[in-house]
Amino acid sequence: MDIPYTIKPRPDTGIYNAKVGIWLFLASEVMLFGGLFSAYVLLRVGASDGFWPHGWLNVKLGTLNTLILALSAITTLLAWAACKVGEFGKFKIFHACTLLLALSFLCVKMYEYHDKWIHYEIKLNDGTFADGHMVENDPAKDYLVIEGRIVKDESLLYDLRSQKNIPHDEIKIARADIKSKENYGPWHHTYLAIYFTLTGLHALHILGGSIVIGYLWGPGSRMYKRNPEQFTNRIEVSGLFWHFVDLVWIFLFPVLYLT
Amino acid sequence: MSEAHSTDLKSYIRRCALVFLAVICTTSLMIAASFANIGGWPVKVAVILAVAVVNAFLVAGFLMHLLSEKKMVYTVLAFTVFFFAGLMGLTVWATGDFPVGTIFH
Repeated sequence: MDIPYTIKPRPDTGIYNAKVGIWLFLASEVMLFGGLFSAYVLLRVGASDGFWPHGWLNVKLGTLNTLILALSAITTLLAWAACKVGEFGKFKIFHACTLLLALSFLCVKMYEYHDKWIHYEIKLNDGTFADGHMVENDPAKDYLVIEGRIVKDESLLYDLRSQKNIPHDEIKIARADIKSKENYGPWHHTYLAIYFTLTGLHALHILGGSIVIGYLWGPGSRMYKRNPEQFTNRIEVSGLFWHFVDLVWIFLFPVLYLT
Repeated sequence: MSEAHSTDLKSYIRRCALVFLAVICTTSLMIAASFANIGGWPVKVAVILAVAVVNAFLVAGFLMHLLSEKKMVYTVLAFTVFFFAGLMGLTVWATGDFPVGTIFH
């Protein structure tokens, strides 16, 4: 059975079916991310004064990822344009760039996650807090080593933006002096919970989009010889999804990194 | 490859380069606003989100071709905007009577 209107526009909608489908899907995606943004707003206004983090994320890495994703949106569009004008070789080059940029984005994100994973806040028996990245944590030894600082007031760990020259010394802590320790995972703070949820879901979209783009770049590109118009429409539809993923990041970046 | 097609692609690349440049500018503006002293926290958030909206307009308008789409797409988008605005409206409304102490960390 042939699927109707894969190339020509359907008379009543004015566009081909896959395009209607992707826009309806994107509408549902807006509501999915909208619900999570709504959760972010409620968590933020519900946080106690002075206990909402500022400067926990690396703005330079966030900016890098913003530019990577923006550039990948451009290469996706150029891949579609190359298909449209019949330059299959250029399509291959542009889409390969998109794939590489998508993988770069994921690598930067993984680095950021890893950085949070090895970052610890350690409550000491004397009431102070040691905060920094774990350097040595051998259970056989009666001490651990972090690279960071010790503060008396926990609130100093929340607003990093307002502090200058935060020390990063290597500190050896005896296990007997530790009351509790916790890394900067989603359980550490509601900010990190919503950060990992939002960016994790977004990263899954990047991964899903990359698989589709990879398929269309590789085995799926055989369709170009059989039916170039339908293939071009597939590229357009996958491109619309990719631009949506970029749009979501355009709001995630300022909300999580800058405000 | 015809010459006309080649010109098409070249003009497209030029247009995309301009959009990318604009995205770099808006991103820089957002970062500058976040580090600048421009009123209180609500003003800062409003400025940053306003620039983000401009950035989103560039992507949606030019890269997703929303400036020249068919009526069907606009209809789907109108419904989306309506429900999204409702969701955010309810969220903002709910912030007024937030149960105290329900969220600590």
